Amino acid sequence: MSTTPSPTHALTDVAASDASLRRFLHGLPGVDPVGLEARAAALGTRSIKTTAKAYALDLAISMVDLTTLEGADTPGKVRALGAKAVLPDPTDRTAPSTAAVCVYPDLVEVAKAAVAGSSVKVASVATAFPAGRAPLEVKLADVRAAVAAGADEVDMVIDRGAFLAGHYLKVYEEITAVKEACGGAARLKVIFETGELSTYDNIRRASWLAMLAGADFIKTSTGKVAVNATPANTLLMLQAVREFRDRTGVQIGVKPAGGIRTAKDAVKFLVIVNETAGPDWLDNHWFRFGASSLLNDLLMQRQKLATGRYSGPDYVTVD
Amino acid sequence: MSDRPMSERLSVFKTYKLYVGGRFPRSESGRVYEVTGSKDGNWLANAPLSSRKDARDAVVAARKAFGGWAGATAYNRGQVLYRVAEMLEGRRSQFTREVAEAEGLSKAKAAALVDLSVDRLVWYAGWTDKIAQIAGGANPVAGPFFNLSTPEPTGVVAVLAPQESSLLGLVSVVAPVIATGNTAVVVASERSPLPALSFGEVLATSDVPGGVVNVLSGRTAEIAPTLASHMDVNALDLTGADAELATGLEVAAADNLKRVLRPRTGEDFAATPGTDRLTAFLETKTVWHTTGSLGASGSSY
Repeated sequence: MSTTPSPTHALTDVAASDASLRRFLHGLPGVDPVGLEARAAALGTRSIKTTAKAYALDLAISMVDLTTLEGADTPGKVRALGAKAVLPDPTDRTAPSTAAVCVYPDLVEVAKAAVAGSSVKVASVATAFPAGRAPLEVKLADVRAAVAAGADEVDMVIDRGAFLAGHYLKVYEEITAVKEACGGAARLKVIFETGELSTYDNIRRASWLAMLAGADFIKTSTGKVAVNATPANTLLMLQAVREFRDRTGVQIGVKPAGGIRTAKDAVKFLVIVNETAGPDWLDNHWFRFGASSLLNDLLMQRQKLATGRYSGPDYVTVD
Repeated sequence: MSDRPMSERLSVFKTYKLYVGGRFPRSESGRVYEVTGSKDGNWLANAPLSSRKDARDAVVAARKAFGGWAGATAYNRGQVLYRVAEMLEGRRSQFTREVAEAEGLSKAKAAALVDLSVDRLVWYAGWTDKIAQIAGGANPVAGPFFNLSTPEPTGVVAVLAPQESSLLGLVSVVAPVIATGNTAVVVASERSPLPALSFGEVLATSDVPGGVVNVLSGRTAEIAPTLASHMDVNALDLTGADAELATGLEVAAADNLKRVLRPRTGEDFAATPGTDRLTAFLETKTVWHTTGSLGASGSSY
């Protein structure tokens, strides 16, 4: 894989061999789980009110990757989702558009047409999502199909089996191959499926591995397993992108996905972003929420703030 | 231990809590207020002083429970209501004491009110599968159709329980709401909330799904406006509001066209209630159904 163009920076040589990569990843400082969870919990207690809350709600809406990843997805459902992404609250045109819609590769064309002419991007999962259990050639074909159909962003899953078995270079080369398949056209988000990585140390290693391999975004999970994005694992990944920028000058985005359902949770994540990575990441180019039902709650909270009365599910669309 | 006199035993005071979504939380605000006896002004207990966020949480719980409760068979709802009566009967002495203290009544009078409350539950339990016959039916229409009207529950009903009658009044306003398949957020009597909060424990042990009835205590004038303006509340029972408050609440309720039951002066909760409260929170669904093919001689009916 020496022909793969990899990013050049201070850490370029780390992936020269399996041994050097392993040495680097295992040389990362260990995570203190108690301290990490306490820090994440403490940041979750901040009280965000009035104008700050209004700002946070709009920012969170603009960061949503409105997602539908079901076997039962129809073109009609994707069109409806696209319309909602462009204009989340038809009764209030001041509500910002979401960042993107996220669909399976075969529905990218439909999604692309649905959001045409707006700022909303189309993200496609690929590489045999969500299990990632397919030969590399199949995964790359999946990615190329998505990009050819017009996907602006590709969400790939890493080979957790190879990662857990310690074959870091295999995972690294897979990411660089997918990055190459994306070409310059699509930003690459790398999904770790943190719920399957067992330890915080592994999440830190996976973050560095993906960043070294050229990921544009690191993403917690697929939303298809029991444990998805948590404040603690997102905080850990935010620390990683901050340190990566300090050491290489390259900024990487973070996307927690799955399990974030309420506006309150979303605001807690934004506090964690601001306090961990810094305000540079408070932009939908660098931070996203992978979610579907979250948007409705954000819109209901927004209506509450605007009118002073609590809204209800009757006043937002059912997806 | 046995030789220690009973007077040395530590008193165990009850912590009265809200009943929301089948659980017993404290107020999210952490606030409480002192509840005193009606006659002598003695301190009885601290009750939670609910905030608007408690009201919001209760509405969310009631909405979540609505589908299951409205979809349960009328027969099943009747059985559940009867079970509530059974559980209340089993706690007769506790409620007699609480009602006597709350309303400043003698033991005998309070016991009579508890009995009436049990009877009221049994009465409404019987109505669950009969109300459709009197509130709905077949309509004669000039066309080849079956035309049927059937009563359906309205949805989430916010109930301001009567201020004076702490248990019988509460049961008299809550039972008809849930008998017909609605779910309820109840604001207990501000001055005498303890029987209502204990009634939550009765509901929790009697097959009523969590969230079907949610009991809040606190300042009626503080909690009610949140419920009245809440877009996810479908109806409002203003029985426990004074005239001035009721007017403001009715205005707030107009935003999403809530059904509103206005307070009636001098309502006697001891009398047989009739079906007014049952039909107050029903909506009528009318179904047109063709009678089938028309023969050469016209309708086959």
